[in-house]
Amino acid sequence: MSGADTALLDVRGVSRSFWTGGLLSRRRIDAVKDVSFTLTDARPEIFTIIGESGSGKSTLARMILNGMTPTGGSIAFGGEDLTTIRKTRDRMRFMSRVQPIFQNPFESFNPLSKVDRYLTMTARNFTDARSQAETDAASDRALRKVGLSLAEVKDRFPHELSGGQLQRIAIARALIPGPRLIVADEPVSMVDASLRVAIVNLFKDLRDELKVSIIYITHDLATAYYISDRIIIMQKGEVVESGDARAVLDNPQHPYSILLKNSVLSPDVPDDDEPQTIERDRAARSY
Amino acid sequence: MTLHQLNNHLNSVPETAPTSPALRVDGLKAYYQTRWFGITREVRAVDDITLRIEHDEIYGIAGESSSGKSSLIKTIAGAIRPPLNVVSGSVNFDFGTRKVDLYSLKPEERTAIRWKHLAYIMQGSMSVLNPLRRVRQSFVDFAFRHMGLPMPAFLRAVEEHLLKLHLQPGVLDSYPHELSGGMRQRVVIALATVCRPGFIIADEPTTALDVVVQKSVLTMIREVQREMRASILFVTHDMAVHANLTDRLGIMYAGRLVEEGRTRDLFRNPRHPYTIHLIRSLPRIGDAEPRKGLEGTPPNLADPPPGCRFHPRCPIAMDVCRVVVPPMQSLGGGHRVACHAVTGGTVQ
Ligand SMILES: Nc1ncnc2c1ncn2[C@@H]1O[C@H](COP(=O)(O)OP(=O)(O)OP(=O)(O)O)[C@@H](O)[C@H]1O
Ligand SMILES: Nc1ncnc2c1ncn2[C@@H]1O[C@H](COP(=O)(O)OP(=O)(O)OP(=O)(O)O)[C@@H](O)[C@H]1O
Ligand code: SF4
Ligand SMILES: [Mg+2]
Ligand SMILES: [Mg+2]
Repeated sequence: MSGADTALLDVRGVSRSFWTGGLLSRRRIDAVKDVSFTLTDARPEIFTIIGESGSGKSTLARMILNGMTPTGGSIAFGGEDLTTIRKTRDRMRFMSRVQPIFQNPFESFNPLSKVDRYLTMTARNFTDARSQAETDAASDRALRKVGLSLAEVKDRFPHELSGGQLQRIAIARALIPGPRLIVADEPVSMVDASLRVAIVNLFKDLRDELKVSIIYITHDLATAYYISDRIIIMQKGEVVESGDARAVLDNPQHPYSILLKNSVLSPDVPDDDEPQTIERDRAARSY
Repeated sequence: MTLHQLNNHLNSVPETAPTSPALRVDGLKAYYQTRWFGITREVRAVDDITLRIEHDEIYGIAGESSSGKSSLIKTIAGAIRPPLNVVSGSVNFDFGTRKVDLYSLKPEERTAIRWKHLAYIMQGSMSVLNPLRRVRQSFVDFAFRHMGLPMPAFLRAVEEHLLKLHLQPGVLDSYPHELSGGMRQRVVIALATVCRPGFIIADEPTTALDVVVQKSVLTMIREVQREMRASILFVTHDMAVHANLTDRLGIMYAGRLVEEGRTRDLFRNPRHPYTIHLIRSLPRIGDAEPRKGLEGTPPNLADPPPGCRFHPRCPIAMDVCRVVVPPMQSLGGGHRVACHAVTGGTVQ
């Protein structure tokens, strides 16, 4: 990296471990082990994290969002070490620049609160919008980018919306403050292929037009291939492979990356005289 | 509310060759009905659906976000509460030892049926594990009684089952918040399947899984299904999962079933314009450019378009489509479709 580039996000040798289990079965889990990468200010990018379920992706995301402290290493945003962001004012400023989209929308919305309230509160806290008309306009603008409108979601509780609708509301909310960095943890897992393309295209536009960087955590290799600039592949807390997204996905080197690529289900049905792929696969393996 | 209903596995094995389908859904309409300042609002999420699921069959449902998949599933599982009401139609199960007309029952009886005979994995259900109980206790609470094994053997069976889902026995000692999203999702699947149920209803159960683990989970589900000759109703927007797992497939659009057939036939020879779009737009790794998405937005189910609900987005819409609801018609070989262009509807 050239010295002139200032780092937007600097993740340096970050680790996180947990203690878990009962009294007699106490174990240490190394959820994230020595992960490093840098996003630069000058060149916004879509930085994709894929990997095994349980490999530490969400834990890493939580640390980047300053919702959890690393047990090793350090994270800096805009040159500022996250551990120094303590005062409410600093936290608010940080949150206006780094926005999360959490993994499971069914968990991340308060069931007792109407969903449009989240949008209103975000607009009020992080933008100039003050009047109801202004916050409504900001909410509607954001919702329209994900194929919804305020009219469709107003006065609705989370359980009154479908999984894909909730997921899109979470994305819309993250757009409102006009952040520099969005940390999106499986943001499209519940939407169909067609909408998914629309949403990843939205990420591309954010990057290209508004210079927003996006950390895109996903299990979907097809969209990862299509939108990512760089990619890291994680397994058991470690980055096992990283680099230019297309180069890595076209020609993975690490055994886990190869396994991952080979395990993608093909959207083709088998021939009539053949069993379903799931069974063929079972027959071919012995575990 | 807890998510999964575990069934008594003794009851679920049909003793004689069954004659009726495992599930019959006839003309089912279920709407969200709310009153707001005197104005009644009706979201027609399930609108006149008829389908059959055989014993020993995996039936898939696909369709875009908010097309009513979860609403249909909830209604079939008898897990509805106001404002979602069944407006008309029926849901009939044949559990081998017992036949039930679900909506002729009192709500308590319906709940009892669900608990006893159905394993229902709700969408986003990884959030419903009791946060105060270790995973081991959840298994004991829900599965121990049903399995009829002594405790050590029971726990061994659970551990073996978890391993098939790439989960180490250690997760049994964890609290739900100590597990990743995909680990919780697998725990829920394990809870719902460890008792070998006869009828599994699963709504987007693999959204949080990487492709390696997903494949093993689907393999396990297939094995349990084969072993029990069980029926499965499997909802996912992931067409690749349908291609590899389901025997038959129903496509929903805006609260209606618009096409149904053998999964292989639907993939090779889709007839409804929405299904054609769905199949053609499937993404593959290596696509430098994405496949074209569908123009327009999903219709508002509180005020759906008249006639064919797909007509505002259909590339071949005709005059008749704007007026007449296309009926579901058979094309032979179990292939059914609701489209005037295929079945030749005309304006009267
Ligand atoms: N609060 C916690 N206490 C104990 N262990 C934890 C905690 N949070 C996470 N872990 C463990 O850390 C590991 C990584 O979890 P994480 O949620 O980061 O995985 P992930 O890569 O996001 O997985 P998924 O794709 O399934 O969402 C897992 O083994 C999990 O059990
Ligand atoms: N309690 C409710 N009150 C009013 N409308 C509701 C309620 N619950 C769901 N809906 C609406 O019903 C429609 C169908 O929702 P449903 O959850 O069945 O969709 P889905 O096909 O499962 O979508 P997804 O793939 O996004 O999960 C949506 O427009 C949704 O907003
Ligand atoms: S009925 Fe008409 S509008 Fe509907 S899918 Fe067929 S051709 Fe298109
Ligand atoms: Mg995660
Ligand atoms: Mg749903």
